[in-house]
Amino acid sequence: MKSSKISMVSKVILLVVSILFIGSLFVPMWQIELEAPQYPEGLVLKLHANKIGGDVEIINGLNHYIGMATLHTENFFEFTALPYIFGGFAVISLLLIFVAKRKAVLAFFISYILFVVLAAIDFYRWNYEYGHNLDPNAAIKVPGMAYQPPLIGYKQLLNFGAYSIPDIGGWFLIACGLLLFFIVFKEYNLFTKKKI
Amino acid sequence: MKNKFLKIIAILVLGSAVFTACKPKNSSDATVGDAEKAYVAPGKFDEFYNFVSGGFSGQLSVYGLPSGRLFRVIPVFSVDPEKGWGYSEETKPMLNTSHGFVPWDDLHHTEMSQTNGEVDGRWVFGNANNTPRIARIDLKTFKTAEIIELPNSGGNHSSPFITENTEYVVAGTRFSVPADYSDGDVAINTYKENFKGHISFVKVGKKGEMDLAFQIVTPGVNFDLSHAGKGKSHGWFFFSCYNTEQANTLLEVNASQKDKDFIMAVNWKKAEEYIKAGKGIKQKARYAHNTWDEKTHTAKSEIKTDVLVLDAAALKDICYMIPCPKSPHGCDVDPTGEYIVGSGKLAALIPVFSFDKLMGAIKDKKFDGNYGGINVIKYEAALHGEVQKPGLGPLHTEFDGKGNAYTTFFVSSEVVKWDIKSLKVLDRVPTYYSVGHLCIPGGDSKKPFGKYLVAYNKITKDRYLPTGPELAQSAQIFDISGDKMKLILDFPTIGEPHYAQAAPADLIRNNGQLKFYKIGENNHPFVAKGEKEAKVTRQGNQVHVYMTSIRSHFAPDNIEGIKLGDEVYFHVTNLEQDWDVPHGFAVKGADNGELLIMPGETATLKWIPKKVGIFPMYCTDFCSALHQEMQGYIRVSPTGSSVPLTWSVGTNLPKTK
Repeated sequence: MKSSKISMVSKVILLVVSILFIGSLFVPMWQIELEAPQYPEGLVLKLHANKIGGDVEIINGLNHYIGMATLHTENFFEFTALPYIFGGFAVISLLLIFVAKRKAVLAFFISYILFVVLAAIDFYRWNYEYGHNLDPNAAIKVPGMAYQPPLIGYKQLLNFGAYSIPDIGGWFLIACGLLLFFIVFKEYNLFTKKKI
Repeated sequence: MKNKFLKIIAILVLGSAVFTACKPKNSSDATVGDAEKAYVAPGKFDEFYNFVSGGFSGQLSVYGLPSGRLFRVIPVFSVDPEKGWGYSEETKPMLNTSHGFVPWDDLHHTEMSQTNGEVDGRWVFGNANNTPRIARIDLKTFKTAEIIELPNSGGNHSSPFITENTEYVVAGTRFSVPADYSDGDVAINTYKENFKGHISFVKVGKKGEMDLAFQIVTPGVNFDLSHAGKGKSHGWFFFSCYNTEQANTLLEVNASQKDKDFIMAVNWKKAEEYIKAGKGIKQKARYAHNTWDEKTHTAKSEIKTDVLVLDAAALKDICYMIPCPKSPHGCDVDPTGEYIVGSGKLAALIPVFSFDKLMGAIKDKKFDGNYGGINVIKYEAALHGEVQKPGLGPLHTEFDGKGNAYTTFFVSSEVVKWDIKSLKVLDRVPTYYSVGHLCIPGGDSKKPFGKYLVAYNKITKDRYLPTGPELAQSAQIFDISGDKMKLILDFPTIGEPHYAQAAPADLIRNNGQLKFYKIGENNHPFVAKGEKEAKVTRQGNQVHVYMTSIRSHFAPDNIEGIKLGDEVYFHVTNLEQDWDVPHGFAVKGADNGELLIMPGETATLKWIPKKVGIFPMYCTDFCSALHQEMQGYIRVSPTGSSVPLTWSVGTNLPKTK
């Protein structure tokens, strides 16, 4: 147990993590659902690793009333970088099976958490940017009103209720984090430590 | 002559006496109704779509059952300035005929497409009763997709009934007339020699496309209504006819002389064989075939010049005449295809014919002479039985699929339920007043859905708040799920409702209905697929405005350089790509309608300015919070003015000093 080599179970979990990272490239990561009296069926923005999907054209059409800039995939460097980052994470997870050192897993886990924090800050920054940087000539101007969607959770923006939550890919990424955390916990014997 | 008038007076006196006896004492004591059965809560959907003919409005209305709520009026044979139907350049060819542009008609009957005898939710057909035509309405778009004219006909009334797999939609001539391929310049009182009946069989293709496959020429009579055989009688069609007296004047009297007229049974499979065998004679004709193209958002009208005609008198085994009492009107076939119900308008009984007996009679040649060369079957040989004393003035019959028939009675103003096999009357309810057609969902198909019966009434008198001399016509919904019919709702309708069809809501809702047109697939020759493509061009005195509309502005919205004498065409493309975001377009002084443009569609309004000045234009459909800002100006200058042609949106600002 003192060996820094990780167990077979952890290796299998790393393989799963790798698959989840790959999988997250093909499904939306995050969604912002919008509901309004005029849209009983709801509108949704789907953030993929590589693009903005969902009802983006319709939402762009509506944004001009309040002077919000329109959303275009090509305006975000993130959608170019993220596929490589997740691909990289997948490769690293695979490599860790062969490296098989718990320190290496710990290092990866910490950097992944760092990435998640940075990504959240980045997401918040964009939300803030879009919510506040409004065209002064917009038709609808409500003094003091900003249209920043919530980082996570629900917020009312004029006639729209915005509900920001992870999508399938987001759950994959959360699962990756939890699984890595589990490996670290297990390999550093944190489950049994208190008993010693 | 005097003798005849005495008879009429006797009939009238007798008729009104019975009418008075049958008339309900007071409409209000009849029912408070089971109103909650017709209640559909706000935001909830109805169980059935109801496609109701608009009669003399020429349109087709769409109601929900059981709530009676009106959803939409689909323009078919009459112009509709509200929707630009017949006003926009694109829709004008839809109303083209061999007589040129015809702005109005009289839509009497609707019939939904069927597969295996069951309503399938693809299309609904409608007939034009004045200038004979058939229209096909696409139920993915709720838009008239095709109209075909019928040559050699006058008054297409016995239409647009269909065969059980929508192989054919039929038409018949109500007014027999001299054929288009003969000399029509004849004395009217030569009806017997020169006037002919023509029954039309219009083939319906996989995508609904209609083609006049053949016509059958018959002696001159008035064809009234029809229905196809189904199941065992698939391959046959039944047409009621009156005026077998061949009167050409005062038909009220002169076409009511004989005790029996006919239901004509047509073996259309046999007719197909004759067509294949080359027995059809190609006759010269002129009739329009108009089709709507969803990609160019434009109609095309084509004039066809010939038709194959089969002679019923020469080809003995296509048509047979079944005697039917007193000027039969409705001609309805039960869900099994065995029973054919004829409703003599002036009869006091309902004859029910048996298809099996009819086949036997034909096989054993139980004929009673011929009518104009067509074999007449012996009445009793084809008769299943008669419903005795059902009421006065039977008109139409529908079925519930449980062995019951429901017949309307115009004169005694009631609906009567009877058992098809035993011919016993089971129940009767009054209608307010003088019911014409009736509709049970799927009620003329192999699979009726039952549950509700809608009666379409001709007279409303004291049923609603009065509105001067012209009163509403109405529909009344009865719950027929139990043994007794129960009135649950009545509501006024548009135009005059004749026949209607109804189908379960899900069948239509889930048929792949369109929400908007894809702008990428718009092949209109004058489309502007984005504001960058908006422009104005001049060719001589024709000015084409390639205009776009999106919430909440037009591009261009300032146009100068139009001159008196110009013909201006506004080709407006709605750039929206979302459901329920139409834009409208109207310009001051246009002797034209408005445009209502669906998302992704292009429509064209022609405008010939008649005054110099500034002309406002605006969006007519409240599209957004900034709808009232969706407007623009057009400057019209005198003929020969040197004002250059310019257009813009957002850039034509006041000059700064």
